[in-house]
This record gives sequence, C-alpha cells and structure tokens, in this order.
Amino acid sequence: MSKKIDISLTVNGERYVHAADTRTTFADFLRNDLRLTGTHIGCEQGVCGACTVLVDGEAVRSCLMLAPQADGASVVTIEGLCEPDGELGVLQRAFRKHHALQCGFCTPGILTTAHALLTQEPDADEDRIRDVLSGNICRCTGYITIVQAILEAREGYRERSRSTAMK
Amino acid sequence: MKLPDLDYIRPQTLTEAIDVLVAYDGEAKLIAGGQSLMPMLAFRLLSPKILIDISRLPGLDQIEVTPGGVRLGALATWRDIERHAELKIAHPLLAAAISHIAHYQIRNRGTVGGSLAHCDPASEFPALVTTCNADVVIVGLEGERIVKGAEFVLGAMTTGLAPDEIITQIRFPAWPKARRWGFEEFARRRGDFAMAAAAVFYDLDSAHRVVNPHIGVIGEADRAIRLKQVEDLLAGQEVDRQLAAKARTMGEQTAQPSDDIHAPANYRKALIGVLIERALAASAGIQLSTVAT
Repeated sequence: MSKKIDISLTVNGERYVHAADTRTTFADFLRNDLRLTGTHIGCEQGVCGACTVLVDGEAVRSCLMLAPQADGASVVTIEGLCEPDGELGVLQRAFRKHHALQCGFCTPGILTTAHALLTQEPDADEDRIRDVLSGNICRCTGYITIVQAILEAREGYRERSRSTAMK
Repeated sequence: MKLPDLDYIRPQTLTEAIDVLVAYDGEAKLIAGGQSLMPMLAFRLLSPKILIDISRLPGLDQIEVTPGGVRLGALATWRDIERHAELKIAHPLLAAAISHIAHYQIRNRGTVGGSLAHCDPASEFPALVTTCNADVVIVGLEGERIVKGAEFVLGAMTTGLAPDEIITQIRFPAWPKARRWGFEEFARRRGDFAMAAAAVFYDLDSAHRVVNPHIGVIGEADRAIRLKQVEDLLAGQEVDRQLAAKARTMGEQTAQPSDDIHAPANYRKALIGVLIERALAASAGIQLSTVAT
C-alpha cells in the first residue's frame, strides 16, 4: 500500500488541505480527490495536453506531475476560467462563438493552455499560438476555429493586462 | 496506466537527498520536473520504491553567464533558458537547440539535469553536452566530481552517473563571439523527438579557414555522437557550398544508423547528411538552392 502525504494548495482561489496518495498524479488528485472533473485525462503519458492546468501561473501537464509536488502551489483549472459571477470567461465565449470545439474532450486543456499563453503574452500572433497549441491534440475540430477563437480573445487579455498595469 | 506503488520524500538539502539515495541502494529515483520519469512510471518501465523530489533544492536552478562559459543549474527548465536574454548571445547554439525541445507545457517543467540523467538518444540536450564536451558536475557521498560530456553520455539511457549521485550543474565552455554555428533538426511533428539533428560549430582563423570544428549528430547511433571524419574534412578549409556538399556526402556515408520503427537506415543516413549540409550552410550564411521545405 502506498502512503499518504498531507498537502495544502490553492485551487481556483480556494484553499485545500488534503491527504494525497504518494503515487497519484496531480491530474488524478484533482479529479478523484478534489472532485474537479473538468480536467480531462487523455493519454496519461504527457503527449495529448488534455490535462493541462496552471501551476503557479505556468501551463503544465497535470498527468506528468505527482500530487505531492503540488504542495504549496497556486493552481488554476478549467473550473477557474469563468468570470467571478459564474458566466463564461472571455476565452470560453470566443470558443463558443467560433464553434472551436466538437466533442469537447480536449477543450479544457486547450483553454487552460491558451489562458496561460495570453496571460503572459497577450499579443501572441498566430504562429506563436499554433506553436503553443502543438502540445494539445484535438482529433475532431481541427485547429482553424480554435486559433481564430484564441486570436479574438487576445483583446480581452490585453485589457486585463492594461488594467493590472494601472493598478 | 496508474503509477506503481511508491513512496515520496522531499529532502531539504542535497546531502539529505544523497543520504536517501544511498539508503535505498539503487531502489530510489530522483524526480525534478518528471517530464521523462512520469511517462516511464506510467508505462511501468520503472518501479522504484521511492521518489526523491529534488525540484525545490535551493540554488540548483541558477543560470550563470561567466567569462568561463555558461553554467546551467541542473534544475533550470527549458523555459528558464528560453527566457534568459543573455543566453542567445552567450551560447547561441544552446539557445537554438533548446527551442526544438518538446511542447509548451513540458518546457515549463522539464529540467536540463533531468534530460541529461534520462539521456534519451534522440534528445537535444545530451547531444549538446556531447558536441560541446560540456563539464557535468556531479555530487555524491564523496563530494563533487566533474565528468566531461563525452564520458558522461554513454549510450541509450546510459550515463556516467552512479545510482547514488546527483547532477548539480552543467558547464559549457566559453563561446567566442565570432564563432560560427548551425543547428538543424528534423522531426515529424512539432515538439517530437528528433528523427535526426546536426549541431555544428567552429572558429575561423585569420584566413577564414575552419579551426576547432565540432559536428554532433542525433539519429546516428544509440546516442548523439561527433562525426570525426566530417570534422577532419572541414579543418583548415573555407566553408562554401562545395564543402558543405562534401560534408553532406561524407556524413551520409559515415553515419551508420540502424533500421527502426520510425525510419529505414538509408533514410536516416540521407537525413543526417542533409542536416549537416544545412547546418554548415547556416553557419556560413550560404543559401542552399533546395526546394522549399
């Protein structure tokens, strides 16, 4: 039997203290322990990008991270991308407008990846967006509408970075 | 698959980490970014009794640009390197080669020390360490020792690291400003492991002839190697289109890859030759009249 280890972390602004199984990936921990099932697990070997979350502001594959490694981290998952009032966030609205999803399995990982990118680089151009998206596999929509949606969402992130800069 | 049953510890100091490695006598594995180790665990290719998390050991993520060269702390990530403004000038070959590694999310966690310790035959970083003959700084029970890159990268997932040792730093020799270089890689998909790659650098004497040529290739063997014959061909010559073409032919002839699931040997030989030619052309600012890629 593997051991458990107490970890504390912040996920989408909420603080959790939880005993994590030492052999659990962070992806399984989010889904099974914290019941945040918006994070999807596709390949479990770090190639598909479906399980992408933000750890301390950086996009990472949560299947390639051990749950105990998230101790002390500040995490954003797909559940944290909506507006404070629960409405869809700027990226999510753009995805809906451009029909940038079909089955939706890869979508949480693509949204979290794009969120990390635009937060850090709100002026990312199409080449940069495509380069970054190479780490996320979508097998039904194709990337054209996804890229269009992310391009459109940039303005919202630019505004956000301007208002943060003024504060 | 879910990971095998294992324990986890996060030591506070390097000494403590080494003590745990010693105590588990080969049944412990170090984890930092985990970007190679986690998939291996998920495939159950490994089942250590314990993972020793060194990702937060203080001071090991430093990148230093010194007159003696570039020093990368073992915990420096690909993103740290990418964001380091000085490295593009201090070691342009390193900066260029790093840009081919993996995807956005992996680059945020993957570390140089982890890549080197894992030593995949197709990965860029061990190839750089071999080509540049960088110093690998290792710490164990007996203290620190330094191993030359050529003696560290020994084969597929085989290195000069003992089971109770930890890589702490990689030191690349100083890079003269006027040094010529090129790096070319071919992978089927963006961010995939290289099917083949060529790293080239050399200096020029006052007559613009090649001095100190280094040619490292991925895809030739069970590890990145330097092609001495091609280096000898370049030494003392002026790099022009003809010489680059000769280097391609020689690279193609001397490389001895084997057939594998990804490509037949002859395809890889051709690839290695072409990548050497392109890297040489880039190093000398020569336009090759090839069809658009």
